[in-house]
Amino acid sequence: MDVTQNTVSLGQSLSIMTPEIGLSIAALVLLMIGVFRGDKGLPLVSLLSVGALVVTGFLVAVGPQSASAFNGSTLVDPFAVYMKYLVLLGSAVAILMSFDFLKTEKIGGFEFPILVILATVGMLLMISANDLIVLYMGLELQSLSLYVLAAYNRDSLRSSESGLKYFVLGALSSGLLLYGASLIYGFTGSTNFASIAAFASEGLDNRENMGVIFGMTFLLAGLAFKVSAVPFHMWTPDVYEGSPTPVTAFFAAAPKIAAMALIIRVTMGAFPPVDGSAPWQQIVVFLAIASMFLGAFAGIGQSNIKRLMAYSSIGHMGYALVGLVAGTVAGIQGVLIYMLIYLVTLVGVFVCILAMRRKEGMVEKISDLAGLSRTQPVVAWTLLFLMFSLAGIPPLAGFLGKLFVFLPAIEAGYAWLAVLGFIASVISCAYYLNVVKVMFFDEPAGSFKKPMPLAHRGLLAVSGIFTVLFMLVMRFPLEWADVAARSIVPVTIAAGAG
Amino acid sequence: MTIGIEHYLTISAILFTIGTLGIFMNRKNVIIILMSIELMLLSVNINLVAFSAFNGDLVGQVFALFVLTVAAAEAAIGLAILVVFFRNRGSIAVEDIHSMKG
Repeated sequence: MDVTQNTVSLGQSLSIMTPEIGLSIAALVLLMIGVFRGDKGLPLVSLLSVGALVVTGFLVAVGPQSASAFNGSTLVDPFAVYMKYLVLLGSAVAILMSFDFLKTEKIGGFEFPILVILATVGMLLMISANDLIVLYMGLELQSLSLYVLAAYNRDSLRSSESGLKYFVLGALSSGLLLYGASLIYGFTGSTNFASIAAFASEGLDNRENMGVIFGMTFLLAGLAFKVSAVPFHMWTPDVYEGSPTPVTAFFAAAPKIAAMALIIRVTMGAFPPVDGSAPWQQIVVFLAIASMFLGAFAGIGQSNIKRLMAYSSIGHMGYALVGLVAGTVAGIQGVLIYMLIYLVTLVGVFVCILAMRRKEGMVEKISDLAGLSRTQPVVAWTLLFLMFSLAGIPPLAGFLGKLFVFLPAIEAGYAWLAVLGFIASVISCAYYLNVVKVMFFDEPAGSFKKPMPLAHRGLLAVSGIFTVLFMLVMRFPLEWADVAARSIVPVTIAAGAG
Repeated sequence: MTIGIEHYLTISAILFTIGTLGIFMNRKNVIIILMSIELMLLSVNINLVAFSAFNGDLVGQVFALFVLTVAAAEAAIGLAILVVFFRNRGSIAVEDIHSMKG
């Protein structure tokens, strides 16, 4: 099935890209609605935004599952469809979580859901990208919206500072990525991933092709920034801490998934492994080890729970990259499952963080959770399971996620990497279990203000149940992720792995 | 002496390095960081156009136009965030951006 170099008419191309185009139009329409209704428009715009994301999910479902549009520059395959569902889910949940927060904190305007939607359009483009230009445009559309979202609470010093830091470092990473893209274009003579793969399949080891390797390294560095893999993680803790909490929840989930999709697309699509090895593997191995260990150690001394979640997410990106190192169908399948579990667990954790509200306002210290088991036992027990899942304690979802990325790595001859991952995961237990200890064994420090909104309770319940019972239903996501992984891994490798 | 592709690549690599260093070594003003970012993106444009001419392929020039557009949008958003930060902090010196540490 050759879907990369066929010629598709403009009409067909447009119909293949319906989800992205529809969501862009929805953002413009919602902006108009917001402008005409003024600042009272937030409830309506939020509701309609969630509706637009659901409709987009529906369009993704009924659209073609395997096609390429605009002369092979964008691609729809089961992998893209799977990742698009995750991103749409993450964005819709972020809007649901933001509504109550923005109202009580009196952070102005109706723009929040619209910015989330524009970022989502960018992420959908990133996931479908099969060309360096589309990759760059999607990434920038996403990043520019995220910079604004980080600084969304414009009367707060910390929020505007986190926006500024995110902007400077994000722009630097875009520059690195772009320089890499220009080198790859120059030395391979094409911006299309399929053409680059054809060029790279003849071997990149000779001296003339140093430029391509250079470009690929720069490109991966830029992308590592976006998934906050060490050594490109330095923006993460500050941005997570300073941004308004629903924005942090959004940052932690959807953009990471889209950037991970892009990393997989670039590594498996543009530089597929030849005979089980590829030049990017060493880079990804380094990113994985460094992220796992920095995430495990740096989180230990933290007192702010949002900062803790930042280090936690750095670590989790490291674990997910272990699956990519294997470069097999099972490895990619593991990464896809890992991202699903990560997304659903984080939703629950951030709902709990959003509920940390006293009379004087939002609180963010871990010590503020003290005695939660007595004041709000249901929340405390759910958060216990979520923390155990993040720590990777069997038989919860997080453990199975780690299992599915470590096993393929062992099969591909990276057993030592899996062992290192296991050690990092044990170390990281220290701070996850500390949260549990504070909730269950410390004296209550005063209760949180009011009961959660209904939507939050629903999200928390879904997240908790998913985390506990994932073992029983994992057959379905596994099968789905297998189909998705098979569509991105080159046929030769997929056949070899059986 | 004829000017070949390697001359363009060298000048662009030098400009890119200056831009990167400008972000990290500048301790004074955020505006200088914005200028450094612009320098990085423009050095990439030199690369793209040089490769495009050298390979006889128009895609590079199209890419360069996209990069120009995005660079303009990026500068606009960066300045907007900078204005918001200035209103809260009363300064845009790099050493004053430190309310969060850890």
